[in-house]
Amino acid sequence: MSDTSFQMDPQPSAWQRFKDSHFFHSFKIDRVAQLSFLIFITYVILALGAPLLSPYDPYDLSQVDILDSEIPPSWEEEGDERFYLGTDAQGRDMLSTILYGTRVSLTIGICAVLLQAFLGIVIGLTAGYVGGRVDSLLMRFADIQLSFSTMMVAIIVLAVFQATFGTELYQDLAMIMLILVIGIAEWPQYARTIRASVLAEKKKEYVDAARVMGFGRLRIMFRHILPNTLSPILVISTVQVANAIISEASLSFLGLGMPVSQPSLGSLISSGFEYIFSGSWWITVIPGVVLVVLVLVMNLLGDWMRDVLNPKLYKG
Amino acid sequence: MIAFFIKRFFQAVVVMFVISLISFSIQDNLGDPLRELVGQAVSEEERQALRDEMGLNDPFLVQYVRFAKNALQGDLGESYFFKEPALEVILNKFPATLELVIGATFIIVLFSVPLGVYSAIKPQSVFSKAVMGFSIVGISIPVFLTAIGLIYLFSIELGWMPSYGRGETVEILGFWESGFFTQDGLEHLILPCFTLASIMLPLFIRLIRAEMMEVLQSEYVKFAWAKGISPRRIYFLHALKNTMLPVITVGGVQIGTMVAYTILTETVFQWPGMGFLFLEAVNRVDTPLIVAYLIVVGAIFVVTNTLVDLIYGLVNPTVKLAGR
Repeated sequence: MSDTSFQMDPQPSAWQRFKDSHFFHSFKIDRVAQLSFLIFITYVILALGAPLLSPYDPYDLSQVDILDSEIPPSWEEEGDERFYLGTDAQGRDMLSTILYGTRVSLTIGICAVLLQAFLGIVIGLTAGYVGGRVDSLLMRFADIQLSFSTMMVAIIVLAVFQATFGTELYQDLAMIMLILVIGIAEWPQYARTIRASVLAEKKKEYVDAARVMGFGRLRIMFRHILPNTLSPILVISTVQVANAIISEASLSFLGLGMPVSQPSLGSLISSGFEYIFSGSWWITVIPGVVLVVLVLVMNLLGDWMRDVLNPKLYKG
Repeated sequence: MIAFFIKRFFQAVVVMFVISLISFSIQDNLGDPLRELVGQAVSEEERQALRDEMGLNDPFLVQYVRFAKNALQGDLGESYFFKEPALEVILNKFPATLELVIGATFIIVLFSVPLGVYSAIKPQSVFSKAVMGFSIVGISIPVFLTAIGLIYLFSIELGWMPSYGRGETVEILGFWESGFFTQDGLEHLILPCFTLASIMLPLFIRLIRAEMMEVLQSEYVKFAWAKGISPRRIYFLHALKNTMLPVITVGGVQIGTMVAYTILTETVFQWPGMGFLFLEAVNRVDTPLIVAYLIVVGAIFVVTNTLVDLIYGLVNPTVKLAGR
């Protein structure tokens, strides 16, 4: 009953409210944010559509001919029309490999951040709402984990796993391992920020009201407080995806990430690095530029959101 | 004050204990020390006898205590590959990595303070905007790409700088192979140091700028203006002092992060330091060396973090020293 009467309220639709919001208005007047968003959406579409858009399937070895290796992009003198961006050292079409690589990088970045957000939100909410001993214990953990840099932890964990499993088995598991390691290593970023905003929200009257009405702890935490901490979550998430993509690329570059047979942007750059001295610059440079632009637009979007939403982010 | 010291010290000990536990379980599960010692051609019974003799069949706790005892005496086992004590192998490479970190820190301090302060004082100027633009691009470029870019430009295209190794080194203090005192060594240092600095530099510029802008809004700075103190004195004496406080904490933590990035930098430049050695050890499954690296780096992290906390406690009188 009460649900239907709520529906019939003459409230503006969600879309209408979004269109009138400060958030959307600031977006309309900020050229940099619009351009960044456009580029980011393009990336997402290209990544999703990689199997349809790419002229070759880089995972299918029967389409690869070693005789086609190291052909420069088609606008160069020795280029070949079949391969618009040239080929890599194994004779794979660079354009297709980059499309698939972007797909892999974005997938790992987004999944890792989802895991971080999940862990961080649960831990941060608990620490902030329950308080007391639980809070100090959890935050001590977060402090200690933050003092070891993500890269360090990830390199060591992945290195040990690679040594234990052996390279071949490891390559099959690489994607899951990367998501798990990057996801678990960075949860304190979320937890601390969310804890800070929960502490601020907890004192407000609507929380008292909910408590007086006899709602359970979990309901108050997730249904009442969580929606009010969304803006810091949004801001961190953008920057965290960018960081996760960089971490993944760095780990792949060290040979601890995605294998050459299923490359991400990082492992593409890594495999091209050997050939840069012999003049085959495109194997390294093109995926490099693709990677930097992707990370740059995400950072710009994150910066813009931080300015607009202006959440109380955890400092230092 | 003393309570604060003891608390921090206790925490450091706990963290070191956890690191040693992790290291030990890696050593316990990764590779087979027996195979490394005697090879494949020994019968199963003899193996068992040897395992008993070496204590490999003892309970976990007994083995851990033995490991911890040896570790405290600096004995972390012998590297399978180098056939030398693992700790010695690591510490021999330590100066190379440390020089890289010192060089990078020098570059960061040299550039980040003036640039950060300038862009805080004149946030609207074209130069400040260029600095901020540069810093966000800098954050977005992974360190290995910076390294590749620098090598491509300065080593391959221009041929000004060497692209790998440490070059000529001289021995100082009897054990320290230093590249700081020869021209060749310095030339080899430039590109790797700039690479390593490139990760932290944008972060520090942004941090110093943000803190400085906040300090410039504060009451005491307004009062200083009202008193008619010269701008230079206000900016560089009154404001900068309080700006640097948070920078110290963040900076201390970043030293640890920098150690992680030395692995990447050293790999690209084939710099014969600890990080490069560690990756080689991983590829050879040289367990004692992996464990030794873990403990040395863990110790560096713990020591720097504890020191930073203590220094911060001493420098900033408003820190609640007694507890939380």
